Amino acid sequence: MELVSYQLRVNGTERQVEEAWLGESLLHVLRERLELPGAKNACEQGECGSCSVLMNGDLVCACLVLAASAIDADITTVEAIASNDPFSTGPLSIVQQAFVDAGAVQCGFCTPGLIMSVHDLLDRNPNPTDLETREAISGNLCRCTGYGRIFAAIEQAVRVRSAASLVDTGPTVTDQQGQAPR
Amino acid sequence: MTSLETPVVTSTGHRIGTSAPRPDGIPKVTGEFSYSSDLWAEGMLWAHIARSPFPSARIVSINLAAAWQIPGVHAIITQDDVPGKKIFGLEHPDQPVFADGVTRFYGEAIAAIAADHPETARRAAEAIKVTYQVFEPLVDPDESITADPIHPDGNIFRHLVIRHGDQEVQGDVQVEGIYDVGMQDQAFLGPESGLAIPDADGQGVELFVSTQWLHSDLWQTAACLGLSEDKVRLSLAGVGGAFGGREDVSMHIHLAMLALSTGRPVKIVYSRLESFLGHVHRHPARMWYRHHATPEGKLVRVESRLLFDGGAYASTSSAVLANAACFAAGPYVVPSATIEGYAVRTNNPTCGAMRGFGAVQTCFGHESQMDLLAAALQMDPVELRRINALAPGGQIITGQIVTGTLPVREVIDTLAAHPMPTLTPLSDTANEMMARPGGSGRTADAHHVTRGVGFALGWKNLMFSEGFDDYSTAKCTVLDGVVSIKCACAEVGQGFVTLVQQIGRTEFGVANVIVEPADTQIGSAGSTSASRQTWMSGGAIKAACESVRALIISHVAAKYVIAPEVLEVRDGCVVSLNGEFDMSLAELAPGVKFQDTVEFHHAPTFRLDENGQGDAHVSFAVAAHRAVVDVDTELGLVRVVSIATSQDVGRVLNPLQAIGQLEGGIAQGVGLAVMEEIILDHGKVRNPTFTDYLIPTALDMPVVEIAALIEQPEPGAPYGAKGIGEAPTISSSAAVAAAIRNATGLQLPRIPIRPQDISLA
Repeated sequence: MELVSYQLRVNGTERQVEEAWLGESLLHVLRERLELPGAKNACEQGECGSCSVLMNGDLVCACLVLAASAIDADITTVEAIASNDPFSTGPLSIVQQAFVDAGAVQCGFCTPGLIMSVHDLLDRNPNPTDLETREAISGNLCRCTGYGRIFAAIEQAVRVRSAASLVDTGPTVTDQQGQAPR
Repeated sequence: MTSLETPVVTSTGHRIGTSAPRPDGIPKVTGEFSYSSDLWAEGMLWAHIARSPFPSARIVSINLAAAWQIPGVHAIITQDDVPGKKIFGLEHPDQPVFADGVTRFYGEAIAAIAADHPETARRAAEAIKVTYQVFEPLVDPDESITADPIHPDGNIFRHLVIRHGDQEVQGDVQVEGIYDVGMQDQAFLGPESGLAIPDADGQGVELFVSTQWLHSDLWQTAACLGLSEDKVRLSLAGVGGAFGGREDVSMHIHLAMLALSTGRPVKIVYSRLESFLGHVHRHPARMWYRHHATPEGKLVRVESRLLFDGGAYASTSSAVLANAACFAAGPYVVPSATIEGYAVRTNNPTCGAMRGFGAVQTCFGHESQMDLLAAALQMDPVELRRINALAPGGQIITGQIVTGTLPVREVIDTLAAHPMPTLTPLSDTANEMMARPGGSGRTADAHHVTRGVGFALGWKNLMFSEGFDDYSTAKCTVLDGVVSIKCACAEVGQGFVTLVQQIGRTEFGVANVIVEPADTQIGSAGSTSASRQTWMSGGAIKAACESVRALIISHVAAKYVIAPEVLEVRDGCVVSLNGEFDMSLAELAPGVKFQDTVEFHHAPTFRLDENGQGDAHVSFAVAAHRAVVDVDTELGLVRVVSIATSQDVGRVLNPLQAIGQLEGGIAQGVGLAVMEEIILDHGKVRNPTFTDYLIPTALDMPVVEIAALIEQPEPGAPYGAKGIGEAPTISSSAAVAAAIRNATGLQLPRIPIRPQDISLA
């Protein structure tokens, strides 16, 4: 097996990957080499969305990204989503808290991927319609919930983020968090 | 009734009846929660399984030489290396640990490899040279009954006949039909995975796995390893869903053997393809029915013949068939019945438990028949169900009298009274197109879309049946006011860990309850299946808490010379009725550990006799579903617009989690009705991916409206609660199918209903 060493920029930190097989996916490297198991491995062929991460701000399936091709990219995983959330000052992002409150979590295997998708949706579209919400998360399979409580969680997150942005809009929040909502 | 004695608690808190939050909710949203595929150990190796590409073949030779040549390979094992019992099985051991001279299904394990990297292990698996003599697989369950046996135990897992009432009686009105149900997959998201760590002395092993029943895995794994059960320890790793597909052993024995043979920790994670091949599925079924009724619509007699394809190995086929047969006539008063069922062996994938367990298939049969009968009688289908509804005190077709609650009439009436969704006119805006059959494909033409409504009723048993004592065990500990509960019950996503805390809070009135890890260091909790854990492990935990409460009261009574009868536990304190004594659990006995372990058994059940008669079941639950669908009749595309439901729940213990169970179960029923099927070609699985095996997405799932949760406390059930996990899946498929028939006027005797079933009809 051909082994390579390289650096990845994950959650704002340069991480060294030593002597990894060239064929390893970003998902494998995050989970097995960088101790970031939040992205999940449900299908490893880009169908289920449970491995969703942000790559240069774009939502991608980490299972479909060759890790060695992700050098120079800014990779954000679920582990950093709370600290990057300009709407939240607590340990959870607004979206994460809403998932807990609304009963959107059962087995939870799809949850980190859904958290990433919902952040991506609400950062682009703070007030999505029902169909826009459904379309945005239709790439994230959930087998437990039937999605009902997930929609409820997204509605809660929209409300809370909307209220928070009314109170806290301005450069202070952006400066503190170092990253503005897109 | 005794089961509903409410402990003396007064203050608020997340107790029984509240939407208490999940204790694992926060770690699951942050990504910290550790699933069985997230585990890691120093020096860990990776395992991979080599599998048979032929569903029926003789293994002429297995050559491992090339695989051993690959650097990084540490172990390769086959059936010859199994140190103990060579076969395993959940109910009836008939499956070899690895293919033993022959292969009986596509993907049967041939060998297992441990290597330094998952890719090394995969390459080694490909390098194993197996020479096969390939046979034509036996894939027709009808042929299986008379075909040459493909296993020493024969081809018939079970033949069951139920004869109830007058066998000669005829009804003036008769309807007849043949119905088929395709093979459904549980499609849980967390793939089979785990970590095995050998003991330092090499004489034992610890397994961290996702499962539905730790002790069943323990018993089967220890036997195959040739080890005593105290040398094999299982701990529940985080489980990414189950739905029946984790009741059987999958990679457990292979993984333990590799850890013991290498002396190193070994991890395995199935790919999605392997997951499809590596666990049992819902039985495909063919069902013939004839219903007899009076001209007024009273059921006179139900006849049915059932053929369930169990695939290569026994798994739970016998119990699935019993359920299918016992509930084959639906929750109706049926004075006469003859049900003959077969569950047979073929070279198709093994089938076993999936949510609804046999009752799903026959529900599609009996509810299709009820609609057919209503049409023949020119009667409203809901009214036909209402006038035949079974009620407590009534008799089911096994002769058993329903002694508990069974609000059949109530679920019908509350659902029928629930308002219909409003019909929004279809326009061609982009959003409206998305909401139409075909969704974002935007293929449907509004002029070809018709709406239909279907109604269905389903029921099944709670807990295991036919004399099986599926007890649970729980330990409660109170030390310095801290309540801890241990139970081997598998949390698979359903929220049992929430219930554990709710019970502890309710029984002691404390705020915090520690849920100890589930493992085999305590007695069995039985399986997380059959809608049984709320009742069984909930019952064990409640009983253990009650026992420890009594210990604490005895202690206080002796220490402070107070009659125990006047003491009670309230809000985390022991108080006397006159209020003179009031001391918190934290203060009253520093350093004293109050602890008890309790086994909880349900009322005994009995085997069915030669006529399929007997008190085989503990309790029953019923639900009704009403589906509204839009169908593009030209393209055969279906959009399920809404599902409304009423369900018999006994008592709601956690409203939010109850809604989650109903919505999630309905999603699996919708999937079976319109999209989910494992496609087989001569025994080979043709769609073992999420690209080709479709499950409902957020765009496919309709709004679920809960018309009513019927709360009639069930005698004998802790807090009066019935298990609620399975009923949502049973009649939702039948309701969707009925709605599509209503929209199209087609017979549609098979689920899933595919586009071609509509467009080419």
